[in-house]
Amino acid sequence: MHIPDGFLDPRTLAGTAVMGAGAVGYATSRLKRELDEGRVPVLAAMSAFVFAAQMVNFPIAGGTSGHLLGGALLAILFGPWAACLSLTAVLIIQALVFGDGGITALGANVLNMAVLGTLAGYLTYRLLGRRPTGFRPAAAFVASWVSVVVAAVAAALELALAGAIPLRVALPAMAFWHALIGLGEGVITTAILAYLARVRPSLLSVLRPESAELPS
Amino acid sequence: MREQKSGIHWWMLAAAALVALLLAPVASSWPDGLERVAEDHGFIDRAVTLIQAPIPDYVLPGMSGGPATALAGVLGVAVTFAVVWGLTRLALRTTRH
Repeated sequence: MHIPDGFLDPRTLAGTAVMGAGAVGYATSRLKRELDEGRVPVLAAMSAFVFAAQMVNFPIAGGTSGHLLGGALLAILFGPWAACLSLTAVLIIQALVFGDGGITALGANVLNMAVLGTLAGYLTYRLLGRRPTGFRPAAAFVASWVSVVVAAVAAALELALAGAIPLRVALPAMAFWHALIGLGEGVITTAILAYLARVRPSLLSVLRPESAELPS
Repeated sequence: MREQKSGIHWWMLAAAALVALLLAPVASSWPDGLERVAEDHGFIDRAVTLIQAPIPDYVLPGMSGGPATALAGVLGVAVTFAVVWGLTRLALRTTRH
């Protein structure tokens, strides 16, 4: 879902860059309350895992592929703000080192995947998995699916705003493919979280008592 | 702190490296959702490359095929690990409530 340079017009690029940067700044301010410094190595390692997993495109129907986004995975493990910052780092590395995703489009990609998709996935899990004790695989599956579709819808809106494609075409097209890709996200995310919840439940921030309240 | 002492992050990092080494080279080359929409609706050619990325498209320069992708992936894993560790530490130590 990485938007390359050239798809969006300057106005959309500037607007999403401002919003993306603002959200990242806010996430940074929330980080200290959310993430204990002792968790930094695990966050770094899981971020590296998400980077690797994003390289592994899996085929979905009709000659199209998808790959893990990882926002819901990271948010359920570390909280939404750490997840946002982690994915932002991944996106920057992908754009600068590997040419995956545009440079001018970085703001849009951060906004769609690291911010909107990740937050939507996290909120979905918190709403569905309301009982704070025990990992809720069904909630994780739905949350993962939601994160992908929300990111895709945001991208569709940007494409339409930039004049690349009318909204009435962009929205169903992006939603369709990413509804399928979201199923893959759900399976992979849920499997990983279920495994981690079984071997080391304290890894999941959503299972920690202090996360029982929704972030204010 | 228990996690850091237990060293579970090294297992996770190893898993990440394995994914890059073994799975990335055999990943599907079909277009992803956005590329598919761009192709179907005629704006894929709007894409431009503005910078000279060191490892474009996850292929290590001077190499080809699976190993080029695998090594690019492992490099990315290492860079991501280091960058996230460093930046997160920095963010935690320089922000105030």
